[in-house]
Amino acid sequence: MMVVLIAAPFLGVYPVFMMKVMCFALFACAFNLLLGFGGLLSFGHAMFLGGAGYAAAHSAKVWGFTPELAVLFATACTAALGWVTGLLAIRRQGIYFAMITLALAQMVFFFSLQAPFTHGEDGIQAVPRGKLFGLIDLSQPTAMYIFVLLIFVIGFALIYRIVHSPFGQVLQAIRENEARAISLGYDADKFKHRAYVLSATLSGLAGATKAILFQLASLTDVHWGMSGEVVLMTLVGGMGTIFGPVVGAAVIVTMQNYLAELGAWVTVVQGVIFVICVLLFRRGIVGEIGNWLKKSL
Amino acid sequence: MDIFGIPVQALMGQLLIGLINGSFYALLSLGLAVIFGLLNIINFAHGAFYMMGAFGAYLLLNKLGLNYWWALLLSPIIVGAVGVVLERTMLKRLYQLDHLYGLLLTFGLALIIQGLFRNEFGSSGLPYAIPAQLSGGQNLGFMFLPNYRAWVIVASLVVCLLTWYVIEHTRLGGYLRAATENPQLVQAFGINVPRMITLTFGFGVGLAALAGVMAAPIYQVGPLMGADLIIVVFAVVVIGGMGSIMGAIVTGFGLGLVEGLTKVFYPEASTTVIFVIMTIVLLLRPAGLFGAEK
Repeated sequence: MMVVLIAAPFLGVYPVFMMKVMCFALFACAFNLLLGFGGLLSFGHAMFLGGAGYAAAHSAKVWGFTPELAVLFATACTAALGWVTGLLAIRRQGIYFAMITLALAQMVFFFSLQAPFTHGEDGIQAVPRGKLFGLIDLSQPTAMYIFVLLIFVIGFALIYRIVHSPFGQVLQAIRENEARAISLGYDADKFKHRAYVLSATLSGLAGATKAILFQLASLTDVHWGMSGEVVLMTLVGGMGTIFGPVVGAAVIVTMQNYLAELGAWVTVVQGVIFVICVLLFRRGIVGEIGNWLKKSL
Repeated sequence: MDIFGIPVQALMGQLLIGLINGSFYALLSLGLAVIFGLLNIINFAHGAFYMMGAFGAYLLLNKLGLNYWWALLLSPIIVGAVGVVLERTMLKRLYQLDHLYGLLLTFGLALIIQGLFRNEFGSSGLPYAIPAQLSGGQNLGFMFLPNYRAWVIVASLVVCLLTWYVIEHTRLGGYLRAATENPQLVQAFGINVPRMITLTFGFGVGLAALAGVMAAPIYQVGPLMGADLIIVVFAVVVIGGMGSIMGAIVTGFGLGLVEGLTKVFYPEASTTVIFVIMTIVLLLRPAGLFGAEK
């Protein structure tokens, strides 16, 4: 995967497109940490992607933060947001959890629509990319590409590490059989809350990077449609697989880029993919391949 | 005349809008509750069915020349039939699986339906006239009450209470409630549970479409009219307690009123007040106001 990502711009793939894929891939991986490994379907993850976007854009543009500080600040903000909303959401499970996260995200959406610093429908535009550590100019495409690549790799490695750590194992045990995990002495709610906060934080990292990359934070990223999109990416790629969300994000972003001129048909196509995935291949692309190779990918 | 420094006309006007919105919240969350009760599926496409109901009215009028009253009867039946087909062909395959798949499938269906309507009719709203019999209004002295709005409130209250009565106090409702508890046992008594499930889904969908027809003259008919409403309705359902029929009705109307009041006293919060209430309710009573802790 690393080879593909490093080589892609040299092979003529449009770098901005690759960077967009990486941002969404990180977002989907973070989401999958919660859904695939924790069994918790959040329908409000847009609040972390979009919220971090606003935090990064505002701190970079108005407060003049350098990009790395803006990204760190935004990530810290979403960690806090995740901590608070997580405490509320994990009080219920399954579809209740999904609906509650959705409602919380909608609160964040209306806040973003009305708060003065977000500029409502316009969003925060013309965010400066700035100089990394005051030295490296991110308006250089290559520098920006390496910056995004590094963030993606760090985020992905972190998720990989989390999943394969004792914490990740306990999380999967809770997903498989919560009652048994509790009887073994694990505080299930605490583990779920931590997973939720981690997922929120990493989604925030993706959102902040995206805002710096596109120099824009807008309502699209906080709208609940985005929460649905990340579910779709994870579902298409394969939930509960490590590489699935990356593949899913690549498929969906590619589809949106190349079908853009079809207008609302994109929504229809997405809906059809959703339905097909749920009805016919619930394991997703990577999940099916893994099943075929009898390996967990 | 002022109440708390607010002119009574403005206050009453907002309360009326609140009640109207509440009627739609109640009808929609009632349908969701009925469907959830028997199918254990959160119907994300409920907003899309509501929108289809409104478009049904629009199309019946403009293509077939059938007026509002025919739409009120036919649109829910047609949309309900669509619901039955979807249940038979897709949803029934998911009952043995995690409930989340039902949510995801209906989310996909909602995307398809909304996308198709947007391709056909564009994103902007289409007007639908108030039926002649219900135009005009009453001057109540302290406020002006348009007839159509009064009709919507009364009609939805009647539909809600009738549904509640059927489910809680008739033999048919008894079968339904028994089937949610123990489908195998009810099946063993010779009742066709799958057919009952299908018809219940059709009925819930029909309720959403009915709300759509009633909403058509008040809001504009547009492909996305259900998309944002449905999230508020989810919050209503969480507050009322999932699956509780009475909870859906009472919180539906109640939250509509609260929203209206907020618009008078603190307009900035009117879009979020329901979610704030949801948060508070979750902290105090995670099962919802009328829900039973399982």
